[in-house]
Amino acid sequence: MASRPIKFYQVGSHAAGNRLLDPELSSVQADPNRSNSITKGHRACQGCGEALGARYALDAAMRATSGQLIAANATGCLEVFSTPYPESSWQMPWLHSLFANAPSVATGIAAALKVKGRSDVRVIGQGGDGGTVDIGMACLSGMFERNDDVLYICYDNEAYMNTGVQRSGSTPPAARTMTTQAVGAEPGNVFGQGKDMARIAMAHDIPYVATATIADLRDVEAKVERAMELHGARYLHILVTCPLGWSCAAADSIKVARLAKETGLFPVFEAELGHVSAVSKIRRRRPVEEYLKLQGRYSHLFKPNRREDVLAHIQAIADRNIERYGLL
Amino acid sequence: MLEQLEGSRAVARAVALCRPEVIPAYPISPQTHIVEALSAMVKAEEIAPCEFVNVESEYAAMSVAIGASATGARTYTATASQGLLYMAEALYNASGLGLPIVMTVANRAIGAPINIWNDHSDSMSQRDSGWLQLYVESNQEAVDTHLLAFRLAEELSLPVMVCMDGFILTHAYERIDLPSQEQVDEFLPAYEPRQVLDPDEPVTIGAMVGPEAFTEVKYLAHVKQLQALETIPELSGELGDVLGRQQDGLLRGYRCEEAETIVVALGSVLGTIEDAVDELRDRGVKVGAVGVKAFRPFPLAAVREALAGAARVVVIEKALALGVGGILSENVQTALPHGAARVHTVIAGLGGRPITTASLVGLLEDAFEERLEQMSFLDLNVELVERELERTRATRRSGPPAENMLRDIGTVAAGPV
Ligand SMILES: Cc1ncc(C[n+]2csc(CCOP(=O)(O)OP(=O)(O)O)c2C)c(N)n1
Ligand code: SF4
Ligand SMILES: [Mg+2]
Repeated sequence: MASRPIKFYQVGSHAAGNRLLDPELSSVQADPNRSNSITKGHRACQGCGEALGARYALDAAMRATSGQLIAANATGCLEVFSTPYPESSWQMPWLHSLFANAPSVATGIAAALKVKGRSDVRVIGQGGDGGTVDIGMACLSGMFERNDDVLYICYDNEAYMNTGVQRSGSTPPAARTMTTQAVGAEPGNVFGQGKDMARIAMAHDIPYVATATIADLRDVEAKVERAMELHGARYLHILVTCPLGWSCAAADSIKVARLAKETGLFPVFEAELGHVSAVSKIRRRRPVEEYLKLQGRYSHLFKPNRREDVLAHIQAIADRNIERYGLL
Repeated sequence: MLEQLEGSRAVARAVALCRPEVIPAYPISPQTHIVEALSAMVKAEEIAPCEFVNVESEYAAMSVAIGASATGARTYTATASQGLLYMAEALYNASGLGLPIVMTVANRAIGAPINIWNDHSDSMSQRDSGWLQLYVESNQEAVDTHLLAFRLAEELSLPVMVCMDGFILTHAYERIDLPSQEQVDEFLPAYEPRQVLDPDEPVTIGAMVGPEAFTEVKYLAHVKQLQALETIPELSGELGDVLGRQQDGLLRGYRCEEAETIVVALGSVLGTIEDAVDELRDRGVKVGAVGVKAFRPFPLAAVREALAGAARVVVIEKALALGVGGILSENVQTALPHGAARVHTVIAGLGGRPITTASLVGLLEDAFEERLEQMSFLDLNVELVERELERTRATRRSGPPAENMLRDIGTVAAGPV
């Protein structure tokens, strides 16, 4: 059964589920008995990519572990929109401690489970890009270096959204945030060196590192499943659209994420023990402009004057990614 | 069993007897010998099952402790000084979540100027963090108090700091009566958490709480702390019975009968204070001492009762609330009815400055003769201070004060650099 080639009946639709597919091969979300780890009633904005990504990732992890899963969550949108007192959207054991310490809390949970002989229970740490690549990076690197048995998931919406859209180490060049405003001679975020957390994770030679976007949710599920087959420190970096912070239409949430991948700006790949083991090829290469134009955070690149220089600079970043990972 | 042991090693052995399950640790003097000994014991499987996690910071140490404790493991760590401050955010979180973590604080000063020696600035800075704080006078008391701390923490579901003076206790070799495993097991049952992360009964821990209930959550945390005022004496009694050694509960009085003046302090300095009391009592002076063991929660009623007969209270403090003065003395004052006694604050022993019996006797003589100010610094080198003040008045760029003063007293031999 597993070797039967999947026939996609809705070619080009990128639909996550496919009703004609064998149930065993269909997505976790297509399963009416999915765990709904993060269930209805949360307060995320319309079109929130973080809510979507977390839902798919955690339900996949729940299925992979037969529901034997504990999550440690960093402070951030995901935490705030899911637990407005006295309600909770979590239908799994879930702990929020602080902004910067989710990887360490996850380590503590894993250590306790080990002592108690509960090798059946697995651990996820998760947070936004700020909580992961900036303030929590020391804890994350420590967790990687010790190879603790934790899957850490970063939901990267490229800014500190929960505090009202401020720049993080993951904010891309030229993007407007509340602390990199579209004013002055070089509006938006500076062109720095960037902070590529997936590659930093790979430098720790941990068993598994992967990136994904909410445009390919089946891929998110597959990567979580793969991660759960392995032990030790694992890292999944998911690009999640934030319609509020990116000033894009909620209805374009998936489209924008797909363009991030199809332009080459966000390379999607897997790495095992420090080596890239698979890349998701670009299906139809798009110029970065198509991606940027959908988002108000880049509107200053198009009006009042078209900033050819900046557009070329961003295109060069995409081209470099395509070359580095062989995305074509 | 009687053994000649270093304080740190004695504490490590006591912690081992408590069967900890997860020990995250990060090194800082003067705490290092404790966690070094524990790491060896875990590696040699003398403590088992147990995970010793070498973390990358104190912040991570407390965070690992939070995760482990919330998953139902008995969790221990130790730190001091800068390390305690580095974990400050996580300290509040651990207490707010009601996690019964036990931590030894090997009391040490806080920089700048960096200083590895003993005072109480570190634990005092976290007095409102929601952790219970027990200060010990001797290494035997440190050993016994760690047993008490685990039981107390788990009974109330609150974290406990055992504060022991860095170097003075941690590095001192003394005769220690280590309890047997049977005694510890009798006193300390297996940890049964009040709340636990368990896939079979999923709970959300650490949800956001707004103005509608935050006050009530904090009120209950306060009430829970106050509950310890009853639990500590009860458990101390029980522990005393098991060990065959009397345990101080909230505080301990020394020769307080008819004392007109009572000296109040925390920690190992009480030994020296008791020597000073003996000397003065021999001369017929009516003086006594009170050692406060439970600083958080602060035993207001017990302190009031212990000081009831005194007309003068002299509080010796190894910490300084800059811009105000005393910390312990402020708490003592809260305990006393208005005008009941004159309270003097004496800041002493900062950054490892020795507190000698002679200095204390001199200080108390000043008090008897009404020469002691309401607040003072024991053995302050006034001349040194005046010289530095003069320098800063004379030149704007007078240089870093600490270095200037070290040069004045000859610690730094070189000329201006
Ligand atoms: C130590 C600390 N510093 C700052 C904050 C404020 N804060 C809370 S959430 C947040 C932003 C979170 O950003 P990110 O991790 O990217 O998650 P997002 O909300 O974007 O999903 C900030 C700055 C905090 N809670 N704790
Ligand atoms: S601000 Fe962005 S990340 Fe936060 S809930 Fe809204 S869409 Fe999601
Ligand atoms: Mg973010």
